Amino acid sequence: MVREEAENGRDDMLIDGDEPEQMKLDYALPDGFNADYLKVYYGKIFPYVDMSKWLSYGNDGKHPGCDHSYLGRREFSFTLDNDIYVRFQSFNTASELEKAIKEKCPFKIDIGPVYSVDPSKRHAYSQGGDNIFTPVEKELVFDVDISDYDDVRYCCSGADVCLNCWPLMTIAIKVIDTSLRDDFGFSHVLWVYSGRRGVHCWVCDGKARRLTNEQRAAIVDYFRVYKGNENSTKKVSLVGPALHPFLVRSYTEVLKDYFENRLLSSQNLFLNEERFEKILEMIPDESVTSELRGKWLSNKQSDVARWDQLKRLLQSSKQKGQGLRRCIEEIVFSFTYPRLDTEVSKHMNHLLKAPFCVHPKTGRVCVPINPKNCDEFDPSAVPTLSQLLRELNSGSFRGEGDNEWDGTSLGDCVRYFRESFLQPLLKSCKEEIEASYNAKVQQSRNSISW
Amino acid sequence: MEAVRSQRKSSFSNGGGGGVSTLPIYRSAPPLEVRLEDFELYAVDRLRVLKRISDGLSRGKKPDEMEKLVLDLWKTNMRHEHSSEVVNKDIISHFVLRLVYCRTEELRKWFLSMETTLFRYRFRDESPEIQRALMAEFDLQYKAVSNAEYENLHRIWSIYIGCFGYSYDQEIWIDWVPFEEVPELVAGRRVLIQKGNAYIAMNQAILCLLMKHPNDVLISIYQLLKWTSMIREQEKDRLTPIVEALSTSYLGPDYSQPREHAELSLKDIDQIAKSSFPLCMRHLFDKLREDHHLKHGGRMQLGLFLKGVGLKLDDALAFWRAEFSQKVGAERFDKEYAYGIRHNYGKEGKRTDYTPYSCQKIISAAPGVGDHHGCPYRHFSEENLRAALTRMGVGNRAMEDVMDKVRNRHYQLACTLTFEAVHNSTCDAGVNHPNQYFNDSQKIFESKKSSSNPKGAAAST
Repeated sequence: MVREEAENGRDDMLIDGDEPEQMKLDYALPDGFNADYLKVYYGKIFPYVDMSKWLSYGNDGKHPGCDHSYLGRREFSFTLDNDIYVRFQSFNTASELEKAIKEKCPFKIDIGPVYSVDPSKRHAYSQGGDNIFTPVEKELVFDVDISDYDDVRYCCSGADVCLNCWPLMTIAIKVIDTSLRDDFGFSHVLWVYSGRRGVHCWVCDGKARRLTNEQRAAIVDYFRVYKGNENSTKKVSLVGPALHPFLVRSYTEVLKDYFENRLLSSQNLFLNEERFEKILEMIPDESVTSELRGKWLSNKQSDVARWDQLKRLLQSSKQKGQGLRRCIEEIVFSFTYPRLDTEVSKHMNHLLKAPFCVHPKTGRVCVPINPKNCDEFDPSAVPTLSQLLRELNSGSFRGEGDNEWDGTSLGDCVRYFRESFLQPLLKSCKEEIEASYNAKVQQSRNSISW
Repeated sequence: MEAVRSQRKSSFSNGGGGGVSTLPIYRSAPPLEVRLEDFELYAVDRLRVLKRISDGLSRGKKPDEMEKLVLDLWKTNMRHEHSSEVVNKDIISHFVLRLVYCRTEELRKWFLSMETTLFRYRFRDESPEIQRALMAEFDLQYKAVSNAEYENLHRIWSIYIGCFGYSYDQEIWIDWVPFEEVPELVAGRRVLIQKGNAYIAMNQAILCLLMKHPNDVLISIYQLLKWTSMIREQEKDRLTPIVEALSTSYLGPDYSQPREHAELSLKDIDQIAKSSFPLCMRHLFDKLREDHHLKHGGRMQLGLFLKGVGLKLDDALAFWRAEFSQKVGAERFDKEYAYGIRHNYGKEGKRTDYTPYSCQKIISAAPGVGDHHGCPYRHFSEENLRAALTRMGVGNRAMEDVMDKVRNRHYQLACTLTFEAVHNSTCDAGVNHPNQYFNDSQKIFESKKSSSNPKGAAAST
C-alpha cells in the first residue's frame, strides 16, 4: 500500500488499494514493460486530448462562464521509475500536461481531487492562519479488486485472475452500474480495467463530483452487505423483515444467475468436503446440515445437483421460519456480491490510477470497459504495451491525422471513451455552465436595475 | 396524501394547552441570564443523560429499548422544580455542553452523535402535528409524492416486491428529497432511491429532520470555537475552569499519554501481551506475529494502543519493521508503512497526537474481509470466540458467563468478565478502554509482585 498524507487533510490516503504481497513478475519481458516502450507509448499513443477534455469538464475557455483555473487545480501524482512518488502536480493546460507526461514518463499516473487552489502552490496558501487548501471536487470512484475474493474462488489467488473468476468483476460492474444509474440517477459512469486484478469506476456527473465525504460514505454503505471480519463464519447478514429492493433487484437480475449458471460449476463450489463445509457453516440448523452432509459424503454428485438439494431442503423447512429461508440468499450473496475497497470511495482526497495508464507488472493498458457488454470483456485480450508498439511499427494501417492510436488495437478503446463517455459528458457540462452563467447574468442584471 | 391522524390533541398553532412542543431546535444561544451554579448543574445533568445514552448504544440496545431508556433518562435528569424553567434548562445545558465539546474533533463527534440520538427519540415521542411543525421550523425541503409519481414508483419497484413475502405498498411513501440530503437514510437503505430522489416512508420522514439538525449544530459549534479562544482568557477565573472540568470529568481520560513512568520495552512485549492485553489487542498482536502483516484498521487499532501503553516511537518502528519486513521487505516497510506509524505519534502530516481507540469506537468499527480489528466479542463467531478465550485461559464456567453477555450484546461486560476470570480479581469499574484494561491489569500484577516480594516494592518507591 502506498501511503501519503495530504498536507491539510486528516485522512490517510490510499492509492489504488492494498497490495499486501510482493508480486511475482508473471508478465516479464520480452512481451512486457520497460521504460523505453513507455516513452514511445506516451510519445505517440496516449490520448492526451481526450483525457484533458474529460478532466476540464467543459471549462475549455470558449464560454464566458468557464472556470479557467479548473484544470489547474486538479492534483496529478506520478510514480516515476524506481518507485519515486511525486504528489501535488498540477497543469494549467492540456499541453502542459502532455509535456510533463512525455518528459517524466511516469510508470503510473494517479488522479486526485480538484482543490480550492492550485495544489502545486499549496504552501504559499498555508502561510496565513486559515488553511484554505482543501479538496472541493472529485469524481465518485469505486475500486474492486479480485484479490478481495480469495475466499470464494478456487482457480486463482492474490493478483492472479482467469476467465473462471473474472465473472466476479462482471457481477460487480453490473450491480454497481445499474444502481448508480437507476437509483442514484447518475449518467456519466466510466468503468476502467485496472490493468491487472480489478476494475475502477469513475462517476463524473457534476452532482457526483461535488458530493461531500459523508454523502460518499452513505452511498458506499448503501452498497455494503459485508459485515463481519475474518473471524466470523457469516460474511453476509441480510437482516430485517424484507430485503431492500436494490438488493432484491441485484439478486434476481444478476447474482442468482451468475451463481447458478456460472460460478457454481466453474469454481466447483461443492467439489469436496472442505468446500461444501464452508457453505454448510452458513446454515444455522443442525438437522439440515447433517442431512446434506450425509448425502454428499456418501454420493458423488455435481455442484448443481448439490445446490438443488440444499435449496429444496431449505425451502421445504418453512416451519423453521424466515431465517432459514434467507440462507439461500445469504449464500449467493456471500459468493457473488461486489466487494468494494471502501476507503477510496469515501474520501475526496484519495487518488486513483488514471485510465489509459499501462500497468507495469502486466504491460496491459487500463482500458475502458463498456458496462453494456462487460460480459464479453476478457482481461487477457486487453492491448498490451508491446503489442501496441508492434502494431505501430508495422505501420500497415496508419490512422488519419495525429491520432496514431487510431491504427492500433487501442483505437476501439479510445473511440468508445470518446463517443460513449466523453461526448455526452461534455454536452451536459456545457449545459450546466450555460445555465449557471445565465443565472449569474440574470442576477447581476436584476441588481443593476434595482 | 393524508398524514396519519394523531390520537393526541395538539394545539401547537395557538400555543396553549398540553400538546405544545417542549422540544427546542437549539437554533441560537439563549438570551438568558444564568446563575453560575445553574450553568454547571444543568450541564452535569444533561451530560449524565448523554453518557448513559452512549453506554446504551455501545451495549447494542435495540431501538425500542433505547427509546425507553432515553425518555426515562430525560424525565429523571432534566426535571426542574419550576415547570416554566424546564425548557430553559434544556436549552442552557445544551449550549453549555456545546461549549465544552467543541474543542476537539473526537469530542465534537461524540457530542453530536449523542445529541442526535437524544433528539431522535424525543422527536419520535411528539405527535405528528408537532413533528410537522418542527419540520417546518427547520425549513426542510420536501414534496409530497403525487399520485402519478406514486404509481410510477410502484410500477418500477413492484416486480421486485413480494419476492420475500413483504409488500412495500403497506407503507405510504409520501415524501421525496434529493438523496444527498439524507445520507443516514441512504446508508441504512431505509429509503427507496429512484433517479437520485429518495422516497421516504412516513415513519422515516422524521429522520430527515435529524440529518439537518447535526449540520446546524456543527455550524454553530465552529462559530463557538472562535468565541472560546476569545473568552478563555477573559473568563479564566469563572467559566473556563468549569468548562475544562466538565470535559474531562465525564468522558474519562483519553489515554493518549502512557501512565506515569510506564514504558514498554520490546523485550517484554510478548510476555506483557500475554498477561495484560485485552482480547482485541491480543488477537491483533498474535495475527501480526503470525502473518507479519495487518491491514490498515488493525495497524491503527493496535498501533495507537501500543503508544498508549508506553511504546516509544523508535521502538514502535523497530517492532513493526521486524514483522512487516518478513512479508514485504524492509525497504517497502520504510517507504510505505513507517510514515503511518510516525503519523500516529504526531510526527507527520497534521502532527496531531492521535488518541488510542476506546471500546466504543472499536465496537462500532466495521471490519471487512481480511481485517482483524474490531471487538472480538462483537465481531467473532461464537466458535472462534470460544477458542480465543480458551487460549487466554478462561475456564468453562466463566466462559458461559462471557458468552451469555455476548449473546445479549453486552460486549464491554463480556470483556470485563474475561478480565476478572483471567486475573482472578474483580474489576468494578468495568472495561471502557483497552488501555484502561491494560493499566488495571498491570496494577494487579504489580500489587501481587509487591505483596510476594516486599523488597522489590520498597525499592520501587
